[in-house]
Amino acid sequence: MDRKKIYPWWFAVPAAAIFFLLCLLPGLLGIGYSFTDWNSFTEKINFVGLQNYQKIFSGHSEYLSYISNTILFTVATTITKTILGLLMALLLTRPFIRLRNVHRMIIFSPQVMSFLVVGLVFQSMLHPTTGFVNNFLRSIGLGSLAQNWLTDLHFVWPSVIAVDTWKGMGYIMMVIIAGLTSIAPEYYEAASMDGANFWQQFQHVTLPLLRPVIVNVTVLNITYGLRVFDMIYALTNGGPGNATGVINTAVYKLFSTGDYAMGTTLSSVLFFFMLALLYFILRSMENKEVEA
Amino acid sequence: MSAEEITKKKSGKGTHVLGSVWKVIANIVTVFLSLVVILPLVVLFLNSFKTKGDSNTMSLTLPKTWQPQNYVVVMKQGKLVSSFCNSLLYSLCSVVIIIILVAAAAYVISRNRKGTNKFLYYFIVSGIAMPINNVALMKVMQVTHLVNTRPGIILLYVAVNIPLSLFLAYGFIGTIPRDIDEAAIIDGCSPWRLFISVILPLLVPMMATLFVLNFMAIWNDFTMPLYYLNKSTKWPMTLAVYNFFGAFENSWNLVSADIILTIVPVLLVFIVGQKYIVGGMSSGAVKG
Repeated sequence: MDRKKIYPWWFAVPAAAIFFLLCLLPGLLGIGYSFTDWNSFTEKINFVGLQNYQKIFSGHSEYLSYISNTILFTVATTITKTILGLLMALLLTRPFIRLRNVHRMIIFSPQVMSFLVVGLVFQSMLHPTTGFVNNFLRSIGLGSLAQNWLTDLHFVWPSVIAVDTWKGMGYIMMVIIAGLTSIAPEYYEAASMDGANFWQQFQHVTLPLLRPVIVNVTVLNITYGLRVFDMIYALTNGGPGNATGVINTAVYKLFSTGDYAMGTTLSSVLFFFMLALLYFILRSMENKEVEA
Repeated sequence: MSAEEITKKKSGKGTHVLGSVWKVIANIVTVFLSLVVILPLVVLFLNSFKTKGDSNTMSLTLPKTWQPQNYVVVMKQGKLVSSFCNSLLYSLCSVVIIIILVAAAAYVISRNRKGTNKFLYYFIVSGIAMPINNVALMKVMQVTHLVNTRPGIILLYVAVNIPLSLFLAYGFIGTIPRDIDEAAIIDGCSPWRLFISVILPLLVPMMATLFVLNFMAIWNDFTMPLYYLNKSTKWPMTLAVYNFFGAFENSWNLVSADIILTIVPVLLVFIVGQKYIVGGMSSGAVKG
């Protein structure tokens, strides 16, 4: 049968058209602008070649710290959310845990809040004098542990990562639970007949069958982490100083000061970064399909 | 009984006791984790019923006097009714358009993975990597007269959320056997009817997943209206909250009530749809 006739390609056109107009086209325009000196103060836009990119990658530019902060945030939150999500998914699929579904709901619940709200709430919770966290520590006699969570250079990154993990781990847990429940029970029956203990079952049954899910979850976490904006903007606004400034908060600042060329360049660097990542992921998934 | 059998029995009993100890510990750990996660929300809830003075420290104590009128104040001052309607309009319209367009596109692309289709798939999925370039997007929105309009913001949400939705739907459609299509065609179905009356009903779980995920993402978005809607009458709830926070920064009781009210609708959507969200994600996730 002729696949072209049964599955008319124009079914895909409306989606592709809207995507092109309001997502891809602005993205490509942005890359075009990254080779210019466009800003809000000059009338004429001049082509300057790779000058903006050179500025970003030369020696000690502050832009490099935004890029390294973005990578730090991405790697740290991907690890914490995946590991905690996996552990909680394993715990909350055990039959002897009481009220499993209630616990799942509770741990997922921060996911329904916007990052803006999460940022505002934790700004108040982590406030050094009136915040809930420090007041709680003082009330149980651990006042010496109270900190300036969001303004002390030593604590701001752990705090940001903890807040992001608090919000995001429930989602990761849900995806992994979905993966766990789709593993046929026969595998475990066979494994326990062979005398495999819990750890051995986890190692030889759960983990290999869960691999595609964990790969997917990692992709989600990495793409989210590289693009993070609302979270950092609402919680620390990149502070103290530039300590938690990431690519997108820097882009936001550059745009608001009218330096459009530099903003689009930094944005484009992020785009190339993510495109390369996506390419490798899609490639590896195609290879998997061939095997299956 | 041989010595070996006795030790076997003993160790069996041993693991049984150990097993129940482990079960109790696991339950305690679970309760502890849930408490840690829910604590900020409980603090928020309690403070939304306090007086302004009591709510300054955002503590975990019961309100001295319960102030349900905080919610009434918030509804009036925060213009929550109109922003609620805006949020609902934007989320529902965008989500419905996304689901229809993505279902159609994912179906043909996933069934025939060659030539134009293969190109279209990579073309659209590359959008997962696309950071939104707000200055360039502003230009496009102005040229197309979509800036500061309701249809504009809806189409914008559609465009931005299509790539990931297509990626998920593509994996799901792969799990529906192709034999169904062939049988229908042999029975004289046109491609159009095949899609509408045979395939679409099979896609309901996937569409429900996309509904819940996109609804939550769009309901909670804050940056798009910040850039592309300048009139407060068109603002969704997130922007109303942001503005409310700016004006009532020192009244955490009111801010808390405001936040609680914005969480409720999306929590309801999640509770209703959670059965689908888990199912849809697993078929998408495991298949890849």
